Amino acid sequence: MEFLVSAAIGILTASGLYLILRPTTFSVVLGLTLLSYAVNALIFFGGRLGASAPPLVLPGTDGHADPLPQALVLTAIVIGFGMTAYLVALALRAKGESGNDHVDAGEER
Amino acid sequence: MSHLPILPVLIPFLTAGLLLATHGMAMGFKRAVSSASVVALVVVSILLLIESGDGLIRAYRLGDWPAPFGIALVADRLAALMVTLTAMLAAAVLISALSGTDSQGRHFHVFLHLQIAGLNGAFLTGDLFNLFVFFEILLLASYALLVHGGGLPRTRAGLAYVVLNLAGSALFLIALGLTYGTLGTLNMADLALVLPMVASGDQALVRTTLALLAAVFVLKAALLPLGFWLPHVYTAAALPVAVLFVIMTKVGIYALLRVSTIGFVTAPFTADLLQPWLAWLALGTIALGSIGTLAATRLSVAVANIVMISSGTLLLGVAAGSVTAYAAMLYYLVNTTVVTAGLFLLADRVSRQRGAVADVFEKGPRIAGILATGGAYLILAVAASGVPPLSGFLGKIMVMQSLQETSTAVGAWAAMLLSGFVVALVLARAASTFFWEPGRADKQAPTPEPVRQISSNTGSTETALLGMIACALVITLGAAPISAYTRATADQLATPAGYVEAVLGDSSAIRRERRP
Repeated sequence: MEFLVSAAIGILTASGLYLILRPTTFSVVLGLTLLSYAVNALIFFGGRLGASAPPLVLPGTDGHADPLPQALVLTAIVIGFGMTAYLVALALRAKGESGNDHVDAGEER
Repeated sequence: MSHLPILPVLIPFLTAGLLLATHGMAMGFKRAVSSASVVALVVVSILLLIESGDGLIRAYRLGDWPAPFGIALVADRLAALMVTLTAMLAAAVLISALSGTDSQGRHFHVFLHLQIAGLNGAFLTGDLFNLFVFFEILLLASYALLVHGGGLPRTRAGLAYVVLNLAGSALFLIALGLTYGTLGTLNMADLALVLPMVASGDQALVRTTLALLAAVFVLKAALLPLGFWLPHVYTAAALPVAVLFVIMTKVGIYALLRVSTIGFVTAPFTADLLQPWLAWLALGTIALGSIGTLAATRLSVAVANIVMISSGTLLLGVAAGSVTAYAAMLYYLVNTTVVTAGLFLLADRVSRQRGAVADVFEKGPRIAGILATGGAYLILAVAASGVPPLSGFLGKIMVMQSLQETSTAVGAWAAMLLSGFVVALVLARAASTFFWEPGRADKQAPTPEPVRQISSNTGSTETALLGMIACALVITLGAAPISAYTRATADQLATPAGYVEAVLGDSSAIRRERRP
């Protein structure tokens, strides 16, 4: 299980990095989205993997899931979503102003 | 518990909310609200500076949740110093923006206050995840401020800046996720307690994690391989915005200083985390900044590269890691922030006066009030290049003295002296073009890329400029009290136990759960 999860995070990160290095803003946005998925999964699994631990401290059960990574990941998702939305808006504006969606929009090459 | 530590965050936040809610009102109303808020901010931050001067570290527990479970704001000397510096810059930005920059796009004042809130929050927080949140707030506001005024060059610079910082944020989150996963805490004071207890099998992972954290901070500070964004971004922004951006590299330096003095030094396996590479990369940053300054064809580009040189100089102080180095570097930080902000304001004035030639190093129309502008230029140029007798000289001397004992002392001295010479050379050459060779309005003058709408009212830029020059002179004349303050700040940084005790109280009372 641990191997599967860490491999998934690794593949997501690698794909995200590859896409960020592409020359079109569309790929870059996709890459950043993949990267933020990887990051969110990483934070979430920082609370350790487990299937049966309750999220609350209940009498009669031993051990409980760590609630903090869940709170952290919610914050991270919200911020990541807002940032991506802004980036998409900015990329559209760059495309509108320069006519193409190259990351160095409108620069002479 | 005094509520003073939260006010520098709360005032700009509430103002931003109010301005957003009343965005249909007249510009005059927005300006009045914005100015009142900045005045309040200046007063509060000076009160905080005075209060922190007694050497006590004040922890402000939000919602009165006990640390390390709740988030604590921590007001010590360093935080108070940075907050005051931010307030001063905010005042300068606001005053200069009143000349018309604020009406070139929507919501200027909202974003200005959001950025101030983010900056102050980053300086005051005692929690790493909260630091991330405040970083995002200040970055999001800076994204919007950067494209304020519009135009393709700004959009292009903005796109690269946003992508770079989103990648940086992802790295920050990876570091935070791993920190929590390995150490079980994100509170900076708690970090100091937990780090020495890390099992030897986990030490390599923790070291990697903290190195990632350091990488995020040096990205903000524009250290060599991660610093190429700085000149593009600073010169694309409207000049009053660039003034505010001057403090943004200092946020990275502050965060690195904070985390390394509280966290890294407390455990033997992380104590040498920065030593092997930071000083060398800082030297490289100074070299790159110097080359960039020499290659600049516009005053604002030169000033952006001077910001980079000062970033490298400050990181040399962080890398040295001694009390004297911290003290010297903090004095230099105050000086360089004020002086580079002043130079950006001056570039704004020069480019307004010269029309289409703007601040390009070419013959252009004669500048009105040449004596006053030239005098201001002389003072700022002397302070920026480190020529006696102004504060830049004092700051550089202090930093150089404090670096005498380090292994990179020779390189550091050479880099600082040469970069000072380069800055003096470039600024002198620019001055002779601007002030001594006024020609007719040049026919084939190249139009600089970001065309600024030229407003007739430049009085407010001059007021802000005068303010920055006054600050530079105060830093020179008040060198003794200010360096005494930075010395006390460095002493406080060198004893992390005081910070830990202020935040956590009796640390043995914390019940720790064994993590699997």
